[in-house]
Amino acid sequence: MADASADVTLRISGLKVSVGSSRVVDGVNIDIGKGEIVALVGESGSGKSLTALSAMGLLSGRVVQSGGDILLNGERIDPLDEQEMSRLRGTRISMIFQEPIASLNPLLSVGEQVAESLFVHGRAGRREAWSQAVQMLADVGIPEPEKRARQFAWELSGGMCQRVMIASALIAEPDLLIADEPTTALDVTVQAQILDLMRRLRDKTGTSILFITHDMGVVASIADRVCVMYGGRVVEQAEVHQLFQAPKHPYTKLLLTTIPKISDTPKAELYSIKGTVPDINAFPKGCRFRTRCPLADDVCLLPPELEAATGAQGGLVACWHSDMTETLQ
Amino acid sequence: MSDGQREPEPSPRPVLLQVDALKVHFPSGRKSLFGADQVVKAVDGVSFLVHEGEAVAIVGESGCGKSTTGNAILGLAPVTEGQVSFRGRDIADLGPDERASMWRNLQVIFQDPVAALNPKRTIGQSIAEPLAINKVPRTQQNERVATLLDLVGLNPGQRDRFPNELSGGQRQRVVIARALALEPDLIICDEPVSALDVSIQSQILNLLMKLQRDLGLAYLFISHDLSVVRHIADRVIVMYLGHIVEQGPADVLFRAPRHPYTEALLSAIPLPDPILERAKKRVLLEGDLPSPVNPPKGCPFVTRCPIREARCADEKPGLQQDEHGREAACFLR
Repeated sequence: MADASADVTLRISGLKVSVGSSRVVDGVNIDIGKGEIVALVGESGSGKSLTALSAMGLLSGRVVQSGGDILLNGERIDPLDEQEMSRLRGTRISMIFQEPIASLNPLLSVGEQVAESLFVHGRAGRREAWSQAVQMLADVGIPEPEKRARQFAWELSGGMCQRVMIASALIAEPDLLIADEPTTALDVTVQAQILDLMRRLRDKTGTSILFITHDMGVVASIADRVCVMYGGRVVEQAEVHQLFQAPKHPYTKLLLTTIPKISDTPKAELYSIKGTVPDINAFPKGCRFRTRCPLADDVCLLPPELEAATGAQGGLVACWHSDMTETLQ
Repeated sequence: MSDGQREPEPSPRPVLLQVDALKVHFPSGRKSLFGADQVVKAVDGVSFLVHEGEAVAIVGESGCGKSTTGNAILGLAPVTEGQVSFRGRDIADLGPDERASMWRNLQVIFQDPVAALNPKRTIGQSIAEPLAINKVPRTQQNERVATLLDLVGLNPGQRDRFPNELSGGQRQRVVIARALALEPDLIICDEPVSALDVSIQSQILNLLMKLQRDLGLAYLFISHDLSVVRHIADRVIVMYLGHIVEQGPADVLFRAPRHPYTEALLSAIPLPDPILERAKKRVLLEGDLPSPVNPPKGCPFVTRCPIREARCADEKPGLQQDEHGREAACFLR
């Protein structure tokens, strides 16, 4: 966690998001350093996507940011109005989503959509933008980019469409890319290609990436640092190797134990976390994982703060019993 | 690991389901240059067996034909050629009564439990429906519903709840209970855990494995997720572009895949361990799946295969069996 704010591309500080009276994101702090890939992991209802949408200024309807600051390169962006935010989006922050086909305009050729981010923001004229777009399509590994640029989203496969999304998100060289489950809808062999592409683009451009996923395999593949969310809170934050080798929060530990692995003994019974993720309106008081946690006791009725974990360099954990986590299973 | 599970002889258990040279072709709705109707060859000559009490998984990526194969068995997709037999009888030849009896023995679970349950019925009513259709007396129905709820790990007190009051995992348990109501021999499971959160997936997989052990159920388990298949399957079938490219005992296939596509598929799964994941040798495939309207003439995998030779583009390799009881369709392996 870089303290020198100059190295922090995105700082999310004390973020709270509410739907009516339910607080679905409850005091989330995340820093993303320059060129860093931070994975935000959690199950449905953990608040990971809402955290990302807040950073993009894309909350709408009854879902509102009810507290906290969002800083891009040290400047607050959450108070900006829609016009100012839309200028930031596409130039300094970009986002890609799970369903590339739903995110692309069926009436524009993919080349026009990639070029759009440049000429809409006055970075280049149409002709210049088009030739840069074709180059960008080549950079993301699309064969015959000149021909493909004239095609439409529905003429391309899902993997191709996700490459087009990445090209249009990165053409304006944003400081930050937010990727919300970008490979979840793709087949594994295509997912491997896209993860490889994102890693190479980060190395080349130095773009910081907030990568939202539920898949621990994807996290292990791409992340430098990991934030684990449960019930609208970050429960653990650590460097990727540290998180997998010595998870400090019981939820992280149990989540890693419960996932089926290709290396498992066939037909072996899987460990499962008891119960289910509680409904947004029904989180228990204190630690929100308390009701499913084998280590929980009366202390857990008080909400634990996210604090430096003992014996973990730079790692943070929100658990009263994190020193006992390694005894689980 | 000992090789105690390896079966040198073909399984002695009776064959439950036999799929023989199955083809499912759909009109694509477009015409070719010369006016002939173009055809999507979704499944193009697939043969396999499911024995009693056996869990067979069909794996592959979208467009490989795995779900269409399942749908053809269920009569939800038209069989263009080939046959599907259940307990030795061709399904197409069955009379109405025999067909009804087959459907009692062959059930299905789909991916999305929300879509599979009527939102206006209590879960007790949903589970009792197949019993009512088969004229089980009402008193026995109630008893049976309670037993089934218990069997799938739900509280019998929840029978009066509606689907929207349950979590995704609980709803999938209800769907499983309903599939078990008529004591089937075989359940076709099409991506039964894909829509569930990871902490819930393991609960449902454990339940499916327990039911297989306790009730002697057979599964045809259709999935894109090889880590899940690793847990549940006794035998694995790998499909690509409407063809079986490899099939065999799960432990053999996962330990030493023979077909280059199986190998690529296994190596593409991100491992939840950053050290292993970053050190592993990856077989990155080029490009995308070819169009099933215009598949390659030779090996279906030829356009993306890292080890292809000239011959593979012209000739289609057949499945060749090796000493482990595994079949693969590749000239070079």
